[in-house]
Amino acid sequence: MKCDIVLAGVGGQGILTIAAILGKVAVAEKIHVKQSEIHGMSQRGGSVFAHLRLSSEPIFADQITAGAADLIVAMEPMEAMRHLASLSTDGTLITDKAPLVNIPDYPELEKLLGEVRALPHALLLDTAALAQESGNLRNTNIVLLGAISNYLELDPAIIEKAIAEHFASKGEKVVSAAVKAFQLGKNAK
Amino acid sequence: MSITKLLLGDEAYAQGAIDAGITGCYAYPGTPSTEIMEYFQSSKQAAELGIHRQWSCNEKAAMEEAIGASYMGRRAIACMKHVGLNACADGFMNSAITGANGGLLVTVADDPSMHSSQNEQDSRFYGKFAMIPVLEPSSQQEAYEIPAYAFELSEKFATPVLVRFTTRLSHSRADVVIADEARPQNPRKFSDTPRKFILLPAIAKKNYDELCQKQELFRQSSEDSPYNKLIDGADKSLGIIACGIGYNYLQEAFGGKCPYPVLKLSQYPIPRKLTRTLLDECKEILVIEEGMPVVEEMLRGPFGDARIHGRLDGTLPRTGELNTRAVQLACKLDAPDLPAPSEMLRARPPRLCDGCPHADTYRALTEACNALGDAKIFGDIGCYTLGALPPYNAITSCVDMGASITVAKGASDSGLTNAVAVIGDSTFTHSGMTGLLDAIWENAPLTVVILDNLTVGMTGGQDSAALGRLEDIVKGLGIPAEHVRIITPLPAKHEENVAVFKEEIAHRGVSVVIARRECIQTLRRKVKK
Repeated sequence: MKCDIVLAGVGGQGILTIAAILGKVAVAEKIHVKQSEIHGMSQRGGSVFAHLRLSSEPIFADQITAGAADLIVAMEPMEAMRHLASLSTDGTLITDKAPLVNIPDYPELEKLLGEVRALPHALLLDTAALAQESGNLRNTNIVLLGAISNYLELDPAIIEKAIAEHFASKGEKVVSAAVKAFQLGKNAK
Repeated sequence: MSITKLLLGDEAYAQGAIDAGITGCYAYPGTPSTEIMEYFQSSKQAAELGIHRQWSCNEKAAMEEAIGASYMGRRAIACMKHVGLNACADGFMNSAITGANGGLLVTVADDPSMHSSQNEQDSRFYGKFAMIPVLEPSSQQEAYEIPAYAFELSEKFATPVLVRFTTRLSHSRADVVIADEARPQNPRKFSDTPRKFILLPAIAKKNYDELCQKQELFRQSSEDSPYNKLIDGADKSLGIIACGIGYNYLQEAFGGKCPYPVLKLSQYPIPRKLTRTLLDECKEILVIEEGMPVVEEMLRGPFGDARIHGRLDGTLPRTGELNTRAVQLACKLDAPDLPAPSEMLRARPPRLCDGCPHADTYRALTEACNALGDAKIFGDIGCYTLGALPPYNAITSCVDMGASITVAKGASDSGLTNAVAVIGDSTFTHSGMTGLLDAIWENAPLTVVILDNLTVGMTGGQDSAALGRLEDIVKGLGIPAEHVRIITPLPAKHEENVAVFKEEIAHRGVSVVIARRECIQTLRRKVKK
């Protein structure tokens, strides 16, 4: 298998949790992984992104080649569009449809979502609603992880196990809500 | 036995150093090097082995502490970001003259593209300047393996070794195969020729001659290095020198099947024979290096050479990080046309967090300065550099660690009526204290605002050496108690804080205002726990 994923959002939205869980799954399943992220000043409330590469073959570069990503997964629609040049022509863009407005000149939302919908392969999700349905509003990133799982040649049960381990220290209630959020994201259309 | 772990390049390196028998890690936080020390600090194994893993006040202190450990026969590393090497250049350069005893690795993470930095300097220049070997891992696995190799190199040639990282290796995770056992630490054993550590001119001259003589040994080591490889290719129309992680982009561009001969270069000085072979057998040469065109410039020579290509002739971009697309284009490979950026995009720059104490300090301080007139606020390195952006537009300059105070003093010396410096608590102990002493010495009319958020905020909340000591430090340096003022930067205290700033800025002598409130990020983490 091979899957190159660009994860995008705004500092503090939790894209690195997605990367961390998939990274652990990869090591457990003996799949090669490279995951590049930015720390330091660039994360303070500004645009952030990470590249996550999974492959059964050894991976060379830490960054995904422009025009070669299989997936763009974003917590926020404008940040999703920022990485469009990374996406391969048959790649899919998955994004939360709720904007994070912390700048004065955020574009007109309907026009922005229209651009997303016009892409050949795009999935717009209401992650907040699905997270609420899961029983924990914080699970928006786990909803996206569920959506990603449809594009990975990995047994979803293995990812669910990794989610359970990731949240184990926070108690049974948090774990079961996270697993439910994963399933809701996986089934979201 | 071995284990596979998912590690950042920085973390792989720290684990490699633990497994290679390190006794002490010495560092000051700086992106992208911070996670090396943090790995030691969170490692149970490092704790059990009694490895030193406390932050130092600045890079100069870290460098010299590591030198001390090396003199005692132990293995030690000093870690810093690229500009940190400037702060400890004196100790670094002279450690090459005294030489090392136990393995000494000066570990520097460069930040091409300046994700979180003030410049793009390439530490390989420093290695060449100090005339010592340089290693540049190309993968997380090499980052793990290099400490053992580099410590041996350092001990064999009694020289410090510079290990260079760049952002994309420091901050990228990969599956790394690690040993399940650590080599024992070196026993304490002082040098057989201890007088070489005393750099009196007579001794330094002798040491320098020896260092010059060692150059041939260093070159030979590069020829034989497992990290330098000449990989043959059938098509000799082009030969490629791929330095450090540049090799990964090359491999990615060709899917691992580069048709041209390639010199994979990760140890310097440049191996002459390997390089000569490539230059002789190939028609054109492309140099792929992350950072500045160090190797390319050496090969081109002062008068240029039309067959050498890279960043200098525009085959690759002159500045910024490399990426696979740039290498694809440099190798004349097909690269897809990319869509134009959406017109919907807006810049979303980093900014001070909601509720950040620095924001309240800037609001009060700019109001006081505007009221007094002929005032400028000189900034420093930290989150608070973001005070340059709207809505604050507060600071006039940001140069290097500690420079707020000394630049403000220079401006005051030149006639600026109201000179103000803003500096973080950790930056102040890093290199602000000596500048403040200068100002006190001359009783310069200067106000230093220490933004005390009780942590090193920008690099993620490390402990600051200033914690609980700031008032004592500034009073000890000679600021009279009545001109050491403490304020709490909160919206509710705005008027009160403006008044304090006005009084102290108007005072025709040195004063210090400590604006103290905990970083909102570290506070949030504590509340979560």
